[in-house]
Amino acid sequence: MKPADYPPPFDAREFVAAPADPEDERIDVGVLIVGAGPAGLACAIRLGQLLENAPEVRERLGEVPVAVLEKGKQPGSHLLSGAVVNPRALRRLFKGRKRVDEMPFYGPVEHESVYFLTSKRALRIPTPPTMKNDGNYVASLSQLGRWLAEQAEEGGAMILPETSAVKLLAADGRVRGVRTGDKGRGRDGEQLGNFEPGADVVARVTVLAEGTQGHLTGVALNRFGLAGENPQVWALGVKEVWKVARPLDRVIHTMGWPLRAASKYREFGGSFIYPMGKDMVTLGMVVGLDYRDGELSVHDLLQELKTHPLVRKLLDGGERVAWGAKTIPEGGLLSLPRQLHAPGLLICGDGAGLVNVPALKGIHYAIESGSLAAEAAFAALQRGQTPSTPGALAVYDEALRQSFVWKDLKEVRNMRQAFGRGFWLGGALAGAMTATKGHFPPGDTRTERDSEQELLRTDRAQSYPASDGKLTFDKLSSVFASGNKTRDDQPNHIVIRRDVPPELARMWERMCPAQVYEATAEGVDITPSNCVQCGAITAKGGRLTPPEGGSGPEYTLT
Amino acid sequence: MSTLVFLEHHGEELLKSSLGVLSKASSLGDDLAGVVLGANVRGLAEGAGKHGAAKVYVADDAQLEAPLPQPRVDVLAQLVQSESIDTVLFANSVLAADVAAGLAARLDAGLNWDLVDLAQEDGKLVGKRPALQDTVYVDVGWTSEPRLALFRSGSFDPVETGGSAEVEDLQVSLEDFSTGARMVDQAHEESSGPSIEDADVIVAGGRGLGGPENFTLVEELAKALGGAVGATRAVVDAGWYPYSTQVGQTGKTVAPKLYIACGISGAIQHKVGMQSSGVIVAINKDPNAPIFEFADLGVVGDVHEVVPKLTDLVKARKS
Amino acid sequence: MKIAVCVKQVPEGSRRIDPETKRLDRSGEGALNPFDANAVEEALRLKDAGGEGEVVLVSLGPPKALDALRKALAMGADRAVLIADDGAGGADLVATSKALAKALEREGADLILFGQQANDSDGAVLWAAVADRLRLPVVSQAAELTHADGKLTVKRQTEFGYDVIETPVPAVVAVSDAVNEPRYPSLKGIMGAKSKPQETVSLSDIGVDGLESRTEVYALNDPPARGESKKIEDDGNAAQGIVDFLAEKRLL
Repeated sequence: MKPADYPPPFDAREFVAAPADPEDERIDVGVLIVGAGPAGLACAIRLGQLLENAPEVRERLGEVPVAVLEKGKQPGSHLLSGAVVNPRALRRLFKGRKRVDEMPFYGPVEHESVYFLTSKRALRIPTPPTMKNDGNYVASLSQLGRWLAEQAEEGGAMILPETSAVKLLAADGRVRGVRTGDKGRGRDGEQLGNFEPGADVVARVTVLAEGTQGHLTGVALNRFGLAGENPQVWALGVKEVWKVARPLDRVIHTMGWPLRAASKYREFGGSFIYPMGKDMVTLGMVVGLDYRDGELSVHDLLQELKTHPLVRKLLDGGERVAWGAKTIPEGGLLSLPRQLHAPGLLICGDGAGLVNVPALKGIHYAIESGSLAAEAAFAALQRGQTPSTPGALAVYDEALRQSFVWKDLKEVRNMRQAFGRGFWLGGALAGAMTATKGHFPPGDTRTERDSEQELLRTDRAQSYPASDGKLTFDKLSSVFASGNKTRDDQPNHIVIRRDVPPELARMWERMCPAQVYEATAEGVDITPSNCVQCGAITAKGGRLTPPEGGSGPEYTLT
Repeated sequence: MSTLVFLEHHGEELLKSSLGVLSKASSLGDDLAGVVLGANVRGLAEGAGKHGAAKVYVADDAQLEAPLPQPRVDVLAQLVQSESIDTVLFANSVLAADVAAGLAARLDAGLNWDLVDLAQEDGKLVGKRPALQDTVYVDVGWTSEPRLALFRSGSFDPVETGGSAEVEDLQVSLEDFSTGARMVDQAHEESSGPSIEDADVIVAGGRGLGGPENFTLVEELAKALGGAVGATRAVVDAGWYPYSTQVGQTGKTVAPKLYIACGISGAIQHKVGMQSSGVIVAINKDPNAPIFEFADLGVVGDVHEVVPKLTDLVKARKS
Repeated sequence: MKIAVCVKQVPEGSRRIDPETKRLDRSGEGALNPFDANAVEEALRLKDAGGEGEVVLVSLGPPKALDALRKALAMGADRAVLIADDGAGGADLVATSKALAKALEREGADLILFGQQANDSDGAVLWAAVADRLRLPVVSQAAELTHADGKLTVKRQTEFGYDVIETPVPAVVAVSDAVNEPRYPSLKGIMGAKSKPQETVSLSDIGVDGLESRTEVYALNDPPARGESKKIEDDGNAAQGIVDFLAEKRLL
């Protein structure tokens, strides 16, 4: 049985509409960016720079030349990553304006170690070349996002938090903008006393920078036939931030335990442990969602990881201060849409799938793509141009293909897929790919959808540690630590089949880091207010849509 | 230290919380007086004497009949100034908070609120107040006199010392603006039991009850104890009980003297809504339920067995 | 009718007390005190019902408190005044009420509204102090508020039930969180908030020479231990065990 046997009752076409609000109620902006993450904010910042020197263009964009919609409480609330950031794209974006030492980083990477773990031991292995981090910086993406938002606002962008984008506005073959979500609906969709309908926001150019599992990105790919040949695949990352008694002096990555190497399990991933200054550490477990064991729980694997002597020692005397979860697109170059633009539309960042899996990097690609999108939009807004003409925004795709983003992704294009053949064979293949810069083995390996993996069942859950509230934690207290205080009577935003066999319901129960799903006699029960919008469900047989703006986690340190 | 305690009354009785503050004050010093304000309230002065006040000021005037704050501020301000009182204590209530704050502004005097204790330390008067959802206790003080303090209701138990107080009548002269607000209809006793925010006792039910029909067990126990009914997010989500009774992070935060949790696991989302309760009793058949980590008395047992028996015993004891 | 609403920015997310200053750490993100949203909503309803008028926000805080004010402007308030002055840092009740009263005097509103409490200090006292300084009638815990013929009728919620209180205007009223369900700002409202008049004033601008707090913080301590936790298994007698326990604690 596989999750794909029970597809969710989701139709992307329901989320495309022509603008419906009367003209005087519509909101008009120049360039509309959906998502205040690194891609969206880089786009807003670059546009601000370009418009600074082009007052006539800015004039023509109206009262609000650049608007950024963010579904979280504020920029950063829904941002989560490791992270070790390659500052290349930030340097280009802020050239002549800000130095790297003015950016909110936790310091350069000074040392690094990679370990292969068994349940008791940690074997140091040489750092694979794709993972070398010289010249990179440790960051909290949530904090970086907040800082980028300030820069964007200083550059003239208007950021609108607590605002979700639920429908793509399109008419006559071109994208006109988005419709924002309603607020104040009850559990059954009924209008409550303080009901506030969403609004049509129309723009000359719409930039989708929604991050992983972007809702409108999926809708747009469907609507404009932009999907590539290979389906996208994802990994789920669950992480914590800890105050620690002793500083960590290096960036650590681990492979092996608690994941199983045999190819039948398809458990690809590992952990990261990064220092955040002298008194904090962040650690996380990342596992490909093509795993097959219905008992696998990435959250619990993270708890298990912490009991390893290497990790326990680092955290001893410390205290957990944050928790969060988010998916990462892992298909690489081969899973990218065949085109990242359409009339009036540009797609950037993780939403597009711009992540280098072996290097665990995507933030600098997000920033670079946002920057390039700004440049393409700006060019198309010059006098005499119309961004909605077919091809007007093609320069974006061209620029992306000429950039370091594409070059990097091409080199590592088959690596993730190789690991579908198991850890050892995958590792050998990955080594060959690195040595030959992607030329060997030749060709392009197909990806398979995560939801197409046949489920199998083991006793994996037996080794998950019981939560002790000091080192290990249960899911509910972790949801609390994410700052999630979503109101309980919101409509359900998760689209799944409810009448599913117990095997599938139990798989969802384990999969979800936020305890949203519960297997029952009739199928599955949902507690949508627990949801931290990681997106795992979309990879494994359901579909996440944006809930009411402002709900979900309130990350600050992730 | 010359201390004055505001003694609030309802109907024919002084409030227990006011008497508790009076008892506490009498343990701190000798020069202690109480003040009673209202209409036809002279008879209440006796109660003050029994709980440690050497003197009771009585302001008995028709203008003070309605429990409104501003006329009381006028009377207290004059009293504090004329008798050089250096410390004025209040037990929190809607009325007392408004009186204390109005008096603070009138006298330009420091007011510390939400205190749970008071002590003399190194020659200074130090108030103790919980903060950050009771996870930290702060020592607070005053930089000048008079010093005003508002105590959490129920911080102290009244202790009868069996004394009697000298009664002094006060002249009442009010500012014009103090009589602007007029009581048109004074509160009647609620017949449906206390609201969850004001209840001294809350009996709450969770998923361990098994089904909505079993909430009657919770209701019966609440009624027997004179308390209110609470519910967890899970059962409200499932439609077993109304949202207005939900206790927790996304519901209400309560701090009754007694919280009895029936079939509640104690996830942190619920805990943060009731962790400041005076005494927590938990009944759950899962011995590993997180609630047992912070309950004062944990009972590992079946709610369907324990709760009805408890209700019977409580009823028997009360009659 | 001109309505002034006193609002406050409070720390967002998890709170901590700075062990150095012994005060709440306000350096992180801030948000509009949720209880103040009820007061803003009530002001907007009264203005809508009356057909005309102005809703002005008054706040004491650091310069970045303008963010919190903007949320209330997005709901529909017309104007904001922020008293931001280094001399006001850490102001207690006496100091805060003094500053707010001066700013409110300047506005000359018919009605001054407050929310139920500040969720950082858990203080439910400010309005009575402000009203005394302004020499205006005050009514608190308003669960219902109507305005007709120059008079306010308030349903006040106390421990004993509901009172009905009347007062002429101008007056000060503190609303409870039961009074209404605050509206969500519309997108147009959020976008328009930035361009609404927002004035930052210093203490001297509003005629205040200096502010002195009359209270202070001495130390932070751990809370007293909850005490021994007892756990018993039901063998048929647990109910009696509970009764004995409650009797011992003098709760029965």
